[in-house]
Amino acid sequence: MTSLPVLDPKFPFTATSFDEKLAAYDVKLRARSVETLQINVGKRCNQACKHCHVDASPSRTEIMTKETAELVIDAIRRFRFRTVDITGGAPELNPSFRHLVTEAGLLGSHVVVRHNLTVMFEPGQSDLPNFFREHGVEVISSLPYFLEERTDAQRGRGVFQKSIEALRRLNAAGYGVQASGLTLNLIYNPVGAFLPPAQASIEGDFKRELQARYGVTFNQLYTITNMPIKRFLDYLRRSGNEERYLRRLVDAFNPHAVDGLMCRSLVSVDWTGRLYDCDFNQMLELGVDPELPQSIVDFDPERFATRRVMTGAHCFGCTAGAGSSCGGAVVPPEYPAGSGSV
Amino acid sequence: MAYYDEQDLDRFSEIGNHKPELFEKFMAWYQACQDEGALTRREKSLIGLAVAHAIQCPYCIDSYSQSCLESGSNLEQMTEAIHMASAIRGGASLIHGLQAHHSVSKVSM
Repeated sequence: MTSLPVLDPKFPFTATSFDEKLAAYDVKLRARSVETLQINVGKRCNQACKHCHVDASPSRTEIMTKETAELVIDAIRRFRFRTVDITGGAPELNPSFRHLVTEAGLLGSHVVVRHNLTVMFEPGQSDLPNFFREHGVEVISSLPYFLEERTDAQRGRGVFQKSIEALRRLNAAGYGVQASGLTLNLIYNPVGAFLPPAQASIEGDFKRELQARYGVTFNQLYTITNMPIKRFLDYLRRSGNEERYLRRLVDAFNPHAVDGLMCRSLVSVDWTGRLYDCDFNQMLELGVDPELPQSIVDFDPERFATRRVMTGAHCFGCTAGAGSSCGGAVVPPEYPAGSGSV
Repeated sequence: MAYYDEQDLDRFSEIGNHKPELFEKFMAWYQACQDEGALTRREKSLIGLAVAHAIQCPYCIDSYSQSCLESGSNLEQMTEAIHMASAIRGGASLIHGLQAHHSVSKVSM
């Protein structure tokens, strides 16, 4: 496997670290709670998307073992996280996935699955819509654009048509259908080196176009900024877009985004049980504050709820424009969404 | 020396090294024009892209292409805006053909 590039702590083009930027605005970044446990069950995926910050693919072998999954379930039992957010890779490909979903649900957590849609067509996965429904799972799925050409350019040839068929099956199971109580949210992320548009604006386009073209419905669209990590950073370098994109992230720094950053209310655990402030830090192997327990086995809710968040240059990706998180834009509508053009 | 250098887009503010008070007034006006108002940011970006093509400014084309993407337009919509600008440019040339016709009529028997 080829090694992918990593960012310098300070963008060489701006000589500004993320912490310096926060200090310049007199903004502190600490957790305020731990409401969500985000579990990355491994890097194995049936797709190999060009922007993937996990560098996930069918050839990856790093997946959470049954034993580690039991340790995670034990932590859910002890600490009763309000939300358990399961991601990967394609998390459904982990043999412990269904056990994890079932147990987290029984323990009272709201279970979110980051479902890539096409995994539904892998062997043994066709019943996923019913499985999700039976366990009251909230489904969040990536669909970078409502046009085939754009989606396939990022996620691989044929992915769009499969994704539309998967969305129809989820709709048929009640997902994304009004008053069903079954939530299907979609993720938009830019197909290239630019920031996402205003979430409400592009959500309107998606709803109108997916309904008109394919008869597909969903609940909400979340916009997520592409992070300069792993494959997307590699793309930026190969395409000559790195400097411009990183400048764009820094120039569009929005202090109003900091309050809603996911690291302030989430803890991330990797396939080995190690803890991180977010899934991006996880992929950079940037662990939680060294003074804190590093493993899910030793998780301490009180200490983690007010912890110092570990940062790097990639964090500019979450504070650019309207901000970005696993739940989409984070800047309230009454605040400006970062700088304009020229 | 190249006449156009894409790095100059990031150095735009250097215009303000001389007569900064004029540049500041320009920037305040320019930024105010970008704000959402009766028109959305997406609409304004498409207008900017069309005008950029009409005036054939490579900096503006670069900047407003990005702005269009970041306000949610796709290439199909952007291309329609470019055709609008081009069609109006073409029409403006073509209607001057009547001037030519008049001139010819005037000197013709």
